[in-house]
Amino acid sequence: MLNETRREQLDKIIKRYPYKQAALLPALHLVQEQEGYITKEAMQYIADYLEIPYGHVLGVVTFYTMFYDKPMGRHHIQVCTNISCQLLGSETLVSHISKECGIKPGETSEDGTFTLSEVECLGSCGTAPMMQINDDYYENLTVENVEAILKSLK
Amino acid sequence: MTDTDIKYLLPEIPELHKIEVYEKEGGYEALQKALAMKPDDIIEEVKKSNLRGRGGACFPAGLKWSFMPKNSERPKYLCVNADEGEPGTFKDREILEHNPHALIEGTLIASYAMGVTTAYVYIRGEYVKWMKLLEDAIEEAYAKNYIGKNIAGSKYSVDIYVHRGAGAYICGEESSLMNSLEGERGYPRVKPPFPAQFGLWGCPTTINNVETLANVPVIIKNGAEWYLKIGVEKHPGTLLYGVSGHVNNPGVFELPTGVLLTDLIYKYAGGIRDDKKLKAVIPGGSSTPILRGDSIEGVRMDADSLIEAGSSIGTGGVIVMDEDTDIPKILERISRFYHHESCGQCTPCREGTGWMEKIIRRINRGEGTMKDIDVLRDVADNIEGNTICALGDAAAWPVQSAIRRFRGEFEAKIKMEKTVAA
Repeated sequence: MLNETRREQLDKIIKRYPYKQAALLPALHLVQEQEGYITKEAMQYIADYLEIPYGHVLGVVTFYTMFYDKPMGRHHIQVCTNISCQLLGSETLVSHISKECGIKPGETSEDGTFTLSEVECLGSCGTAPMMQINDDYYENLTVENVEAILKSLK
Repeated sequence: MTDTDIKYLLPEIPELHKIEVYEKEGGYEALQKALAMKPDDIIEEVKKSNLRGRGGACFPAGLKWSFMPKNSERPKYLCVNADEGEPGTFKDREILEHNPHALIEGTLIASYAMGVTTAYVYIRGEYVKWMKLLEDAIEEAYAKNYIGKNIAGSKYSVDIYVHRGAGAYICGEESSLMNSLEGERGYPRVKPPFPAQFGLWGCPTTINNVETLANVPVIIKNGAEWYLKIGVEKHPGTLLYGVSGHVNNPGVFELPTGVLLTDLIYKYAGGIRDDKKLKAVIPGGSSTPILRGDSIEGVRMDADSLIEAGSSIGTGGVIVMDEDTDIPKILERISRFYHHESCGQCTPCREGTGWMEKIIRRINRGEGTMKDIDVLRDVADNIEGNTICALGDAAAWPVQSAIRRFRGEFEAKIKMEKTVAA
């Protein structure tokens, strides 16, 4: 399941803990980084690799919001709508992005380019409103610069 | 000493995140000094300094360290809490970005003082950029033998690893953080037993916030006496205040404890946008009770002063709201957050947070009744104090305080609808 580089990474990570199970979150991150989301097969693979029950892996995957059980768009747009961003217009941003990409929050565009999500506080309140696209933060947003960012991604 | 120029967490030194620059500025000297001290003397010094936790609870750090058993046969652990997630809080990432070695040095001193052999930095999963910056800094410190075997020529060995979370606010709660690190669902544990007795894998463990540990090097270097003179004696040092919302110049400001809330808003954060009036302030992250704008004259930003003012210093994340802010709408958003983040273990929190969100939404939609306000208050009162962890309280406080201090706004929404309907 994991390619060789990532398997080596995982082996290195496992050594940091007295029990293999502690490497579960790191392992899931590695799988998702490679596959884009986490399948049943991947969970079984990790369960076997870390010698823990499949049910335990499933329980952990479903607890954390950053693990996906289905493919996301190439660009996963996550707009923070928590209080500081809300005060500075994140609602307008969400509806604008929604219109531009033709998807509602929680949806993925048909061509698989974009997924739009509303998320909780991302720790960028001083540069609100903000969004995260894949791993990158985009801060101090306005309708204008959001448009430019979306254009550059299309 | 009320010197507002003291900045040791975020000094204006270019490239401070690089180990060479940090060393040139006297970095890792405190570690050298600490390694020549007896571990207990370090704990004593930190106790004397009155350093209080910066994660929100203000618990005395030295006292927390002293709970760790002395001659444990089991390994001891330190968890660095970098799971910054309280809405309105964005300070720890500044340390990770601009002064990661202060955190590493503080972690090393704390580890040595408690006899810890492995420290884990639990960082929120979304902070990919800051995780990489910290990993680079840790690698530099390993290369210079500040971390690893026989650090800095001493007999003491310790490892520091970064552990990435995966998007769960609750994992910032210390016992939930440990469960998450063990590869479990992030459920908080019932206390006692406390982490110092039964922590990671059942071993003695201490959990400290990033900012707390980043304070440790200056305390060891300059001594507790020096530290006690910064800010308020019962809660000394500088704080990283994060000011956000309707201000002209939002950001993180390093200032002594006890700074006036009005100074923070008007002097440092540049005042309210578009010359509007101040309506409300949440002084320490979204869980801390909301204050009326007309009640903050003379209120100082430290643990005791804010309790007196009817709120809490929390994480020092100040959220500023102007006169046009719809308080019930803001409260709905806050309640939605706590409902979403409730782990589901305790019935009062699992059910209550959902009820509160539902009732506030109903009021905002104009479908509320006067009785709803009392029901809301009642639900909040029955969550508070009745849950395993502090998330229940965190969900209740905003609701209780918003009703107490802005009741008129809720009533207006209810009455307005009745008038329209008539």
